[in-house]
Amino acid sequence: MAKKLFSKDVLDIDLDKEVQIIIEQIREALSKKLKRRGLVVALSGGIDSSATTALAVKAVGPEKVLILLMPEKQSADDTLKLSTMVAEKFRVEYIYEDITEILTSVGFYKRYNNAVQSVIPDYSEGWKSKIVISNTLEHKGFNYFYIVARNPGGKHIKKRLPLKAYLEIVAATNFKQRIRKMLEYYHADRMNYAVGGTPNRLEYDQGFFVKLGDGAADIKPIAHLYKTQVYKLAAFLGVPEQICKRSPTTDTYSLPQGQDEFYFSLPYDKMDLCLYGKNNGFLPEEVSKLLELTPAQVQRVYDDIDAKRSATKYLHIEPVLIKDIKEIK
Amino acid sequence: MPFFDDADKKVDCTGGGHMIDQIKAFIIDNFMFGNESGLQDDTSFLEEGIIDSTGVLELVNFIEQKYQIQFADEDLVPENLDTINNIWKFLAIKQHLSN
Repeated sequence: MAKKLFSKDVLDIDLDKEVQIIIEQIREALSKKLKRRGLVVALSGGIDSSATTALAVKAVGPEKVLILLMPEKQSADDTLKLSTMVAEKFRVEYIYEDITEILTSVGFYKRYNNAVQSVIPDYSEGWKSKIVISNTLEHKGFNYFYIVARNPGGKHIKKRLPLKAYLEIVAATNFKQRIRKMLEYYHADRMNYAVGGTPNRLEYDQGFFVKLGDGAADIKPIAHLYKTQVYKLAAFLGVPEQICKRSPTTDTYSLPQGQDEFYFSLPYDKMDLCLYGKNNGFLPEEVSKLLELTPAQVQRVYDDIDAKRSATKYLHIEPVLIKDIKEIK
Repeated sequence: MPFFDDADKKVDCTGGGHMIDQIKAFIIDNFMFGNESGLQDDTSFLEEGIIDSTGVLELVNFIEQKYQIQFADEDLVPENLDTINNIWKFLAIKQHLSN
């Protein structure tokens, strides 16, 4: 069969058929593999968790889905409002678990501030910050990260992160995803439910998740779908327009942070097309015109995709055993 | 992970070895756990999967701490850091410029 011409249409899918496939797989997994009676989904007010909620409800009914809303003091102001809106739209029970106190008790805020202070000594109460990645399109080298901090007067400071501070900031921040997952499994265990994970294909492929944090789940219903497809699927399933039109954010740092400034080389719609192009053997020359990039820039994105796959391979692998245990497969 | 706190202790410097030998020793010790098979001076760390992007930051951190050399953002490219030879050339130019 001849290869399709590269266009935005390459990501088009039959939404009705896709929904049927996913809900059948969810039912099959719950009844045959997982042996659980329903699903717990953590809802952030973003497109992925909203689409996953809608699919879960369609697969098993609202009475067998439990939604968790787990903001903390650095969450965006609209996080709770949007996630509540989705839960109410799909008429599903939701539980509010503010994780600020748990984060305080494990020392997250203190550890994070100490790590930032090692780079910006004045960083203290009232400051906000985020980390951003070097620009793959402008820079042909390795990825590295900056801390961007804003003082109470509104002045921004940007500094490249040395290794120790970078690792400490990421390690501390990962508490957020891991604490949320711990609560998801608490509720799943007490209900005899499975945990539904919410990564899309871009996140899953590129390792944009925390091992044993948001990367942990019993079923990941949208991990095979590009983010562009998730947006279309969400609208098809009736996810509120406000969420379908919202730009993806990490909602992880105290300063607002787009996913493309923290991790990906490009906004999600262009990143999706590059990933599709690379996965399906399209040359940079074929992809670049549509994205208004040069072939050299697309090649850098392709290289960056490989670099991220390599760097995050360990997030996907099971614990390594010294010898196979053939009875447990 | 002690590599960024006490870089000196991770390298056998007893022979007063050349800088590049020390860096090579660091790579073998820190990334390859002592098994240096397959590592030649022109082996690409990235292509051979010896060092990933976080590993590059470890390598940069080691060189910066041990030799008081500062890497600018534009220095963090494979042409300077992806093989033993590339590191050697990069450091030679850096040292020449600082003299």
